[in-house]
Amino acid sequence: MTDPTPDISPLDTAEIRRDFPILDRDMNGKRLVFLDSAASSQKPRQVIDAMGAFYEHSYANVHRGVYAIAEEATNEMEGARSAVARFIGAPSAEIVFTKNATEALNLVAQSWGRANLGPGDAVVLTQMEHHANIVPWQMLSAELGFEIRWIPIQLDGFLDLSTLDVLLDGAKMVSITAMSNVTGTRPDLDLIIGAAHTAGALVTVDACQSVPHHRTDVAGMDADFVAFSAHKMCGPTGVGVLWGRAELLDAMPPFLGGGGMILDVTLDGFRPDAVPGKFEAGTPPIAETVGLKAAVEYLESIGMERIEAHEGRLTATAMRILTERFGDELTIHGPAEPAARGGVLSMTLADVHPHDLAQVLDTHAVCVRPGHHCAKPLMRVLGVGATARASVYLYNDEDDIHALADGLAEAADMFRL
Amino acid sequence: MPGLEDLYREIILDHYRSPRNRGELESPPAQRVEGFNPLCGDEIVVYVRVEDDKVADIAIGGQGCSISQSSASMMTSAVKGKTLAEVAELAGTFKGMMSIHGSSLEGDTAELEPTTMELGDLEALRGVVKFPVRIKCATLSWNTLLQAIEEATTDGAES
Repeated sequence: MTDPTPDISPLDTAEIRRDFPILDRDMNGKRLVFLDSAASSQKPRQVIDAMGAFYEHSYANVHRGVYAIAEEATNEMEGARSAVARFIGAPSAEIVFTKNATEALNLVAQSWGRANLGPGDAVVLTQMEHHANIVPWQMLSAELGFEIRWIPIQLDGFLDLSTLDVLLDGAKMVSITAMSNVTGTRPDLDLIIGAAHTAGALVTVDACQSVPHHRTDVAGMDADFVAFSAHKMCGPTGVGVLWGRAELLDAMPPFLGGGGMILDVTLDGFRPDAVPGKFEAGTPPIAETVGLKAAVEYLESIGMERIEAHEGRLTATAMRILTERFGDELTIHGPAEPAARGGVLSMTLADVHPHDLAQVLDTHAVCVRPGHHCAKPLMRVLGVGATARASVYLYNDEDDIHALADGLAEAADMFRL
Repeated sequence: MPGLEDLYREIILDHYRSPRNRGELESPPAQRVEGFNPLCGDEIVVYVRVEDDKVADIAIGGQGCSISQSSASMMTSAVKGKTLAEVAELAGTFKGMMSIHGSSLEGDTAELEPTTMELGDLEALRGVVKFPVRIKCATLSWNTLLQAIEEATTDGAES
């Protein structure tokens, strides 16, 4: 049952920060201002303790033992699977644990793609995709000979959907981000997924930047595959999720081979296990799934709608403060309207290279990320080699934005040509 | 904790604001090589014309941070007209200075190992070693130059 009036009351960021031990670190007398959650998020004590407690109390290999702690470990991991399933509105049996979102996308390409794509077929991507949603398709296309088509991104941060019908004509798969890790652009997935399905194409969604920040409902989305990573949503590194519709996953051949994904192995061959086991070869990142469960529960305890509202307000505040203070000297790439974008702010500060900008900000203990953000095609469209990217999450507040602005001002003074 | 003054010496900012030898050389006869920094965001193009075992001419293009651009600019001034053997020695000395194994991370830069060869303006980059992530910014142009020289001499391309 969905709550018709979701709670969007303000977050107590001071209280939330107390949950994150690393945010208490003294950086040479300065407070750690972490504005790089788009690269990876910090972890609350609840996640750290859950993993430690698991190792101290219940650790054993899963699915393979009869003794008590093997049973407990298995229950913990399957409990994590259920928690993730609930978090994104899917059945447990459709949740595949991978190493990360990149592996999940490679899984779709190599398993679904290899079985369904050939010369004459087309896969549609966008120019703003992360390399994880480009390179696996390019690798496969070089082998199998299908065409890759591109939905263009405009300088105003929106996708150019004027030729969507042409791009979709004869396409078998559309693989698209739910939110750009550079511009914060949030494509109109309702429109694009609807059009794709009408044209007979499946849709894969790279949800790395959306699952941690917005309520996700894969059924409502009507996607066919969704990929995301734990480490961007307050969970540990080493575990990611591929959700896929049951009938698709059932029909797909295995991705990685080994133990745990088979029903039988003889000298002549093997019979794969049912989903999700079929796609989980080898010993999984067990403690990491326990950490992911704790992360899900932590985020649920705060409320995804509250987190989204918080970030929306903070993004609007940040854009206002930065444009007021720097005017034309600062370009914030992506949609100009805060309500049209996520809390990812890629910046170009006149004359100051992102490396130098990030270096100066480091002396203020402000963490931003310089570079191409694994989105080189997008960088070329924007006409820059790199940007300095600040991104907000539930533990950031207006003080963080002021610290960012102060650092930017110092960098501008230092490097002004 | 090392301060920004260790990294951004005035001479570095000077080379960043007024880079020497920017442009292109017709290639061939010059060798053109592109280099990318693993600390992503720096790209360099080095054009080098090798003649009579010397760097007869050199030009650089591309875009990047103050460290990569100033290092590239200083490099062109340092190597223009030098013999390939001198360039190799200069590169070795510079990269040695940039190596975190060959120098101390703590303490004054003045206490660091003296170099065997006159580095001139390049000395200003000594402080980069206190910011290990930026070492690749400083060495990008040198590595690209060495690759260009190797390709130029392997091809037997001499005009």
